[in-house]
Amino acid sequence: MIEAANPDSFIRIRGVSKHFGDFVAVDDINLDIQKGELFAILGGSGCGKSTLLRMLAGFEEPTSGTMEIDGVDVTRQAPYERPVNMMFQSYAIFPHMNVEKNIAYGLRKERVAANEVDERVSDVIRLVQLDDFRARKPDQLSGGQRQRVALARALIKQPKVLLLDEPLAALDKKLREHTQFELMNIQDELGITFIVVTHDQEEAMTLSTRIAVMDRGRFLQVGPPKEIYEYPKSRFVADFIGTINTFEGRVTSAGDETISVDCPDVGVEVRALCTEDVKVGQDVCVAVRPEKIFISREEPEEDEGVRVRGIVDDLGYLGNLSLYRIHLETGRMIQVSRQNRRRSHKRFVEWDDKVWLSWRPRSAMIIQGDD
Amino acid sequence: MHKGHTWERVITAIPYLWLFLFFLLPFAIILKISLADPVIAQPPFTPMFDEQGNLSVSFDSFIFLLTDKLYAITYFKSVMLAASATMLCLLLGFPMAYGIARSEPTTRSILLLLIVLPFWISFLLRVYAWMGLLNNYGVINNMLMWIGAIDQPIQFMYTDFAMLIGMTYSYLPFMVLPLYATLERMDLDLVDAAQDLGATRTGAFWDITWPLARPGVIAGCLLVFIPAMGEYVIPYLLGGGESLLIGRVLFDEFFVARDWPLASSVAIVLLLILVVPIMLLQRYQARDAENA
Ligand SMILES: Nc1ncnc2c1ncn2[C@@H]1O[C@H](COP(=O)(O)OP(=O)(O)OP(=O)(O)O)[C@@H](O)[C@H]1O
Ligand SMILES: [Mg+2]
Repeated sequence: MIEAANPDSFIRIRGVSKHFGDFVAVDDINLDIQKGELFAILGGSGCGKSTLLRMLAGFEEPTSGTMEIDGVDVTRQAPYERPVNMMFQSYAIFPHMNVEKNIAYGLRKERVAANEVDERVSDVIRLVQLDDFRARKPDQLSGGQRQRVALARALIKQPKVLLLDEPLAALDKKLREHTQFELMNIQDELGITFIVVTHDQEEAMTLSTRIAVMDRGRFLQVGPPKEIYEYPKSRFVADFIGTINTFEGRVTSAGDETISVDCPDVGVEVRALCTEDVKVGQDVCVAVRPEKIFISREEPEEDEGVRVRGIVDDLGYLGNLSLYRIHLETGRMIQVSRQNRRRSHKRFVEWDDKVWLSWRPRSAMIIQGDD
Repeated sequence: MHKGHTWERVITAIPYLWLFLFFLLPFAIILKISLADPVIAQPPFTPMFDEQGNLSVSFDSFIFLLTDKLYAITYFKSVMLAASATMLCLLLGFPMAYGIARSEPTTRSILLLLIVLPFWISFLLRVYAWMGLLNNYGVINNMLMWIGAIDQPIQFMYTDFAMLIGMTYSYLPFMVLPLYATLERMDLDLVDAAQDLGATRTGAFWDITWPLARPGVIAGCLLVFIPAMGEYVIPYLLGGGESLLIGRVLFDEFFVARDWPLASSVAIVLLLILVVPIMLLQRYQARDAENA
């Protein structure tokens, strides 16, 4: 998918592909990233995220296409010539150097004066909270500490672009959230453009200004987190980001704003808001996020997009949320989530309770295309 | 007591037992012989205790060894030759090991097979083959004369050069294999990371690859240097009469001169010469591990 060419984009990727023999790891990627963006690349394992990043860092030469950073064509530049630093998925911490020497390595190579090296090393070490581990060898560190060394080592050179390959995968949830905000602060402070690879969709949502969803070497959709979440263009994207209920159906009537779709799985006609061009008789997919579905014991009001009855098959308590799996009369299972607003020991509904599900026309999205 | 414990002890005791039986015990015997005097008898040295049960030790052979310049020269020459062969093996072996470690898995196993293939032929035969190559009318001289590079055959055989070639050729696999093992284990992302942080290809090699390969370098050097020091076959076949190396001296003293005490002291001094570099290297490695 080709985005409108933006004259002042900071990173410009044009038609970049990478083949390993017959295998196409990255397939004709076009992308523009603005200065100071925190751009996330999200995709399943083996979809080519690392390969794309390694091409930007200069470790892998593209089979075709060009890459520009800050107006300079870097496609054929050696890694050490590029204004780019990378944090490796494997961390790649030098095992024969202690924490301090690992972090200082980039500055030493730049021949920065010794006292300035000391100062800057101390600064980043404080930033990533490794003060107590300065003299440790890498094999004496935990996974999370190693990850922070790798981050500090990439940060210290203050590159124009920082590439992060799964930067937070090894951290526990608390530390991960903390580091996420730390990353965002650092990014704010230093104005470095970040490209973060992740397969954790929650991380991509919290961190980034924009997300690219990648599958089999291609970008399926590029946009702000909200757009990706609320307006996915394909089933793959809708499925990949968050949970979603999808129903196949055929359009029975198409008005100006709302259309009706006959979905055999739901058992009733589904009304949905649709601004796109949809024709009567066309096969489409209706998708609803679990949090957009209301669950109630009493019959809901008439004007909903959909009202349907079901039986509680399973329920899960997550603290802030409760998750329900509702068995419809058609045999279809639907996922619903509901905020736990009240403190209570009593459950709102129990297993095998009969409940009503409903959602508004504007909550459902229509996904065209076969993916 | 726990059964697992006993087994653990038995297993850890095996290397010690091995060392005792095949190193310490023979060493003690050699040491004992070196402190005796030669006699024409069976065995050809005086016993440690005479008939009255008095201890009789003699340092004569050691004194002779240390005062005769010929021995000092021979030791020096052996060290120099073994060290040169070790350096040559390292210079040739490192690129080979590096190339093998970085090649595709399928080519890699073929290359490794080629490295160990010579072992399938007797060592003696392979050194013998070099005689055919280095001879005055051997393959190399014939080739050089045929292309017109020389008119007269070059004297290769019975020179130090021939011995150096023979040793380098024979011990190259002992350098390549440990180097390959360390290089193959190395995470390639490390080299990428160094380049990413501003190192050139050569810079990354000296900062990352070389220090991480050092255990392999040390192991390879010891595996080449130690046997090259005591080498007997190569100087005998390629080195000719006057190029004396310590391995030949040792053999001649034992079996030609039948002066067992002197031969034993030659062996003990050789061992000391070998132990010193090993201990130095070990201390160096230990210090390496301590500070980054
Ligand atoms: N040097 C290589 N030779 C051959 N195939 C390769 C090479 N490097 C990567 N690939 C293949 O390219 C595809 C993409 O690899 P890549 O490392 O980019 O995946 P990824 O998206 O980063 O996955 P993960 O989330 O697991 O890290 C994979 O199928 C991989 O097997
Ligand atoms: Mg990856």
